[in-house]
Amino acid sequence: MKFSTQVADGCTATMPESSQAKDARCCSVECRTPPLSHFSQSSLPLHRNSHRLSTFCTEHNLQECLSHISQEVSLLGLSPGWTESVSSSQLDVVAVLNCMYDLIQLHHRSLRTLENMEMEQLKLSSNVDYLKINNTHLKEEVEVSKRQNTGLLERERQLHLKLKSLQNCLKNEKEEVQKLQNIISSRACQFNHEMKRREREFTKLKERLNQLLADKKDRKPAIDVLNNIGRADGKRSLWKTEKTEAKHEGEMYRTLLSDYDMRQRELVLENAELRKVMQQMKKEMVSILKSRKLIPKGENYEHNDTQAASDEDDEVFDPSKESVELFCIDAREKLTNSIRLQWRRLKSHVERLDSQVSLTRMSESNIDDAVPRENHEEEMDRLKMEIQRCKDFIQKQQQLLQKQLSCACNEDPVSLQNDGYMLQEKKRLGEEWKSLEEQRKSFERERRNFTEAAIRLSHERKIFEEDRGTWLKQQFLSMSPFGNSKQLHAPKSSSALLIAETEVRAPMAPETPSECRSDSASPIPGSVSLTPSSAGDLECQLCLIPENGVTYCSSKHGKSEHFEELSPLCESISLRDKQWRESEDLSSHSLTPEKSSSI
Amino acid sequence: MNFSEVFKQSNHLCKVSPDGKYLATCVQYRLVVRDLGTLQILQLYTCLDQVSHMEWSSDSLFILCAMYKRGLVQVWSLEQPDWHCKIDEGSIGLVSSRWSPDGRHILNTTEFHLRITVWSLCTKAVSYIKYPKACQKGIDFSTDGCYMALAERRDCKDYVSIFVCDDWHLLRHFETETQDLAGLEWSPNGCVLAVWDSCLEYKVLLYSLDGRLLSTYSAYEWSLGVKSVSWSPSSQFLAIGSYDEKVRILNHITWKKIVQFEHPATIDNMKAIVYKEVERRPAVVSDEMSLHNITMGSTLLSTQSKYEICPLPVQIPVVKPEPDRANPKIGVSVLAFSSDSRYLATKNGSFQVQSLNWHCSGDSVILLGKDQLCLCYMDTDHEEK
Repeated sequence: MKFSTQVADGCTATMPESSQAKDARCCSVECRTPPLSHFSQSSLPLHRNSHRLSTFCTEHNLQECLSHISQEVSLLGLSPGWTESVSSSQLDVVAVLNCMYDLIQLHHRSLRTLENMEMEQLKLSSNVDYLKINNTHLKEEVEVSKRQNTGLLERERQLHLKLKSLQNCLKNEKEEVQKLQNIISSRACQFNHEMKRREREFTKLKERLNQLLADKKDRKPAIDVLNNIGRADGKRSLWKTEKTEAKHEGEMYRTLLSDYDMRQRELVLENAELRKVMQQMKKEMVSILKSRKLIPKGENYEHNDTQAASDEDDEVFDPSKESVELFCIDAREKLTNSIRLQWRRLKSHVERLDSQVSLTRMSESNIDDAVPRENHEEEMDRLKMEIQRCKDFIQKQQQLLQKQLSCACNEDPVSLQNDGYMLQEKKRLGEEWKSLEEQRKSFERERRNFTEAAIRLSHERKIFEEDRGTWLKQQFLSMSPFGNSKQLHAPKSSSALLIAETEVRAPMAPETPSECRSDSASPIPGSVSLTPSSAGDLECQLCLIPENGVTYCSSKHGKSEHFEELSPLCESISLRDKQWRESEDLSSHSLTPEKSSSI
Repeated sequence: MNFSEVFKQSNHLCKVSPDGKYLATCVQYRLVVRDLGTLQILQLYTCLDQVSHMEWSSDSLFILCAMYKRGLVQVWSLEQPDWHCKIDEGSIGLVSSRWSPDGRHILNTTEFHLRITVWSLCTKAVSYIKYPKACQKGIDFSTDGCYMALAERRDCKDYVSIFVCDDWHLLRHFETETQDLAGLEWSPNGCVLAVWDSCLEYKVLLYSLDGRLLSTYSAYEWSLGVKSVSWSPSSQFLAIGSYDEKVRILNHITWKKIVQFEHPATIDNMKAIVYKEVERRPAVVSDEMSLHNITMGSTLLSTQSKYEICPLPVQIPVVKPEPDRANPKIGVSVLAFSSDSRYLATKNGSFQVQSLNWHCSGDSVILLGKDQLCLCYMDTDHEEK
């Protein structure tokens, strides 16, 4: 029915009669599965229920309500006690009351079970809590016991060690006891032996004594010598007097003294030797320290100062004192102390140098000649390790390369890493390539510039030569009688001359000679064509030329090669010269120097 | 090596004269004197009894023959064969007899070491020295023959008396700090007297000529101590061989130990060369002994043998002595310095070596065994100590 839900929501809605049954059924379903809280609040809302109950059943839907209720009751398992066929106005009150009572009982029962269940649940939850607490306690206990266990194990181990050491001690003690027992036994043996020997002697003595007492004749010790013999050294024996005693004493002391004397002399010599050696050592150490003072730069500056001061002191000390003075204890002590000091300094210096050498070794790759073996070996080890690393790297690279070639790119991090290496390599190579390309381009540019410059230079030279040629020609023409007639020839011949000159004089670039040649190619035919016209002239002039030409050319020999090569053309010029000379010697003379100066 | 014919002798009495010209041998009661070069018999003397001890005088003119059983000493002269001398000790008996360094006095030790009688052949005078000690080496003459040191024992204490051999004047008499003095020895320069205790205590005392105690040396306590002592010819070193198989060397300036040599059973010192004699006859036992660089071998007469160098390490056969016998056969018993004091030859253990003697040039040593001898030459080029 609605009432339960209405209790919960507190909303009342009048339902139409047609849908009441449906709603009731829905409500009944809802009634069966409401949350517990609804029923726990049963007492309070019951008052409200009384209001709602009235809305459920009215005079009009009495029969339906009745049937519904009987249905519900039968569903609940109770007998309704009335039949539906009875007329609506008459209700079996007893049955209804019974039914109500049953319902109430049911309700009570359900409430009880609910309570029981709640109790159960509380108990269980408390159980769970208790178990949880127990668990934590037990865990803690386990921890504690574990710690105790380790502590006990540790103690046990220590006790084991102690036991072992004690056993060792015991063994040693036993050995010592054994040794001492052996000693005791050997000593006892020796004592017994001595005792026995003495006892034997004693008995022998006693026997002898008895024998002597019993013996009547007593043989006296006597000597029987045929004649006295002289002393070994031939001297006479002396009486025993105080003088002889004193003499003996004196002799004894003399022996002793001579022995001491000799020993002392030997010791003095030895001392002198040792002192010399020490002095030498000290000098060498001082010299070494002085020479090395320059090497360590900044760090030992103070040390150097103190060293210098003390060194000076020592040096002042040494030559001033005589060797005699070194005999006194102070001098000896000073010497030994100074040597000790120098030695300590030298030692510290050597240590410093060693450390420096090792440091410089790490930074540089240059190895000095005087390299201590340990550094050398360290270096060797380092190099070997590096070689090994490089080999490993190469091997890895090879493997990667193979992998790449054989299979597709794996998603392994290793191959990715290798790819990464490859990329790095590629990038580096690309950069290098770029730089090389740039360099190449710059070289190309420069070369082109050079060639252009050469071309320009050749052009300029050509022009210059042309100008020169014209100028010379003008000079010649201005002076020569054939000037007018030759004027036609001259420019062409001069141009041919120039061209030939340029041909000869163009060593600049490979292009330029070809250009020149290409240029000269055209006028040469011209010159060729030119020469036959004057060939006759030239020939009759050439036979006149030789000596002049030779002299002319030889005069220019020193100037440059190309003048020799221009000899045929020079000859044409010298031809004119000859002609001029024939006419005017002076002028030719004046000309040649001019020519020489011009050319 | 050539050998002469075999001559008879008794009691191992066969001695060469100090000047090296004559050889004297005793055969029972006869004394035979031969010329050493030709081995011809020069003299023949007859004694009254079997000769127990025979000794040349220092000037090679007289020979002493002692007969201990009879208590007689007879002296023979080489220059005058008719000359005779007989010393009779009487009922007091004779235990040992020796010459004095000047060759004119004879010292007889009576039985039970009651006294030492000094007989003078020049004056027929007699001197007595009381309470000599009966020990391993109780009497020693200095090298120059001037002084004699004698160990005495009175009232359970040890004393040393120093006599001037000229007239037997007692120079010094002092007590020593020993429990039971076993021996004494002069240093070759005659200035220091080394005195050592019996083997029950390791103690070596050094006294100067005038009786002052210079130093005491004791290596260890309780174990058996000093077995043998030897001075180096230069008097610079004193070698002490002890029962612990070690040799300790003291220096003459501080009298402290400068070096200690051991005799291990296994030789693996790279510098040592061990020679072992290899014999063809397997039945004969060849004794092996190693010193610093030398081992001993057998005779060269009948057995074919050769020496080969053993590769290191070499194990030396060690015979463990019987534990309950006195004077065990362990320890360094023989020491011998070479004449230039460069080398020391030692014998350790129970090997049958009776004496070691160096040649005066210092480059060879002769080892005498019970029935073997070995002569070892050292190549001084590559020798190291």
